[in-house]
Amino acid sequence: MNYTFQFGPVFQAWPLLLHGTWMTIQLSGLAMLFGLMVAVLCAWGKTSGPAPVRALIQVYIELIRNTPFLVQLFFFFFALPAVGVRWSPYTAALVAMTVNLGAYATEIVRAGIEAIPRGQIEAGLALNLTRVEIFRFVVLKPALRAIYPALTSQFILLMLASSVVSVISADDLTSVAATLQSETFRSFEIYIVITLIYLALTLCFSYVFRRIHDRYLSYPDGRS
Amino acid sequence: MRTFGSSDFWYILQAVQWTVLLSIIAFIGGGVVGLAVALARTGSSRAARVLATGFIKIFQGTPLLLQLFLVFFGAPVIGFEVDPWTAAAVALTLNAGSFLGEIWRGCIEAVPRGQWEAAAALGLKYRDRLRDVILPQALKIAVPPTVGYLVQVIKGTSLAAIIGFTELTRAGQIVNNATFEPMVVFSIVAALYFLLCWPLSLLAGRMERRLAIAQARG
Repeated sequence: MNYTFQFGPVFQAWPLLLHGTWMTIQLSGLAMLFGLMVAVLCAWGKTSGPAPVRALIQVYIELIRNTPFLVQLFFFFFALPAVGVRWSPYTAALVAMTVNLGAYATEIVRAGIEAIPRGQIEAGLALNLTRVEIFRFVVLKPALRAIYPALTSQFILLMLASSVVSVISADDLTSVAATLQSETFRSFEIYIVITLIYLALTLCFSYVFRRIHDRYLSYPDGRS
Repeated sequence: MRTFGSSDFWYILQAVQWTVLLSIIAFIGGGVVGLAVALARTGSSRAARVLATGFIKIFQGTPLLLQLFLVFFGAPVIGFEVDPWTAAAVALTLNAGSFLGEIWRGCIEAVPRGQWEAAAALGLKYRDRLRDVILPQALKIAVPPTVGYLVQVIKGTSLAAIIGFTELTRAGQIVNNATFEPMVVFSIVAALYFLLCWPLSLLAGRMERRLAIAQARG
């Protein structure tokens, strides 16, 4: 092996790396937020909606979970514009990520909702809470708490999968690699640095998720 | 530009074999790596445990796409010329190995401690304890999540398209570039992936429920 590593040109481009990192954080953060909203709605529909709604949500989940994210991304970025939907690579990427996460997270949230003891809901009814109030206060928070570890590891998988959006030239950390490569021709060094940034992002996200858990979800559950 | 015809459909359809082949290689390779990782994680050697944990942290903490790029662009640097096919097989194998290793570690640890102790008390060596006592029991609970993970492997092979290996997704891109009918092309590609993955998902789900019932009975 007679290859001299030259990380200099890569680190000189730190503003670009920083920008890419921020774009990946932003894209993933927004997709987590919207994806969770989709998931809570769909999980509600799946546990207490009418049969056609339940069937529709099931089709959505199976379609997304059994096709690759890359193909879903192509579908949103190439196929939908062909039938009149116009959007930027960024929007297409965000929508694809949200739709993808929504499907996985629906199944996770549903499992949490189904784990709520029937008596809790009956107690809510006895207290004359409305259906929405019961869902919001009696079901949702304990459900999210129960499935928090599964949900956050799905979030991190999404953040890692988001590197694929560079393929449709959406602006993210991986797309910085392509730019840098054409400027510096140090592709191996670039990919090493960017891979390490992703690793750092994974660690940061899990740290933040742990802090959120400790702050908001670590109350005693009264069952133990 | 030409319209989408039956020859285009056949072109996409025959690319399925490459997706299947790549999945099988990644699954078998990942299985070998995964077993090693799982044994290292549950074994008594501290060095092996630390090494396996590091391997898992790195491969589960970075994107599969970047792992592909590192193998594809990095192998020539250390003196191996690789084609996209080899690079994809290697990267997918390592990635699958880290996930399967973690799944199987859980299964091995789910075998009650007393089984290890009983086997040791009978004077069995580590290898015999594993082969005759622990692994057969771990295997039973490992099958459903492993079948489920196979779906992830198949979907993961789509990323090989990005480094230019012509499997199902890349075949779709090529046909789309020639015909510019993305709606038709990517619907077909998605449908083919669905046909590969859905039966496996259903099977994994059914196995999981069966196992849950069997375990509830004790």
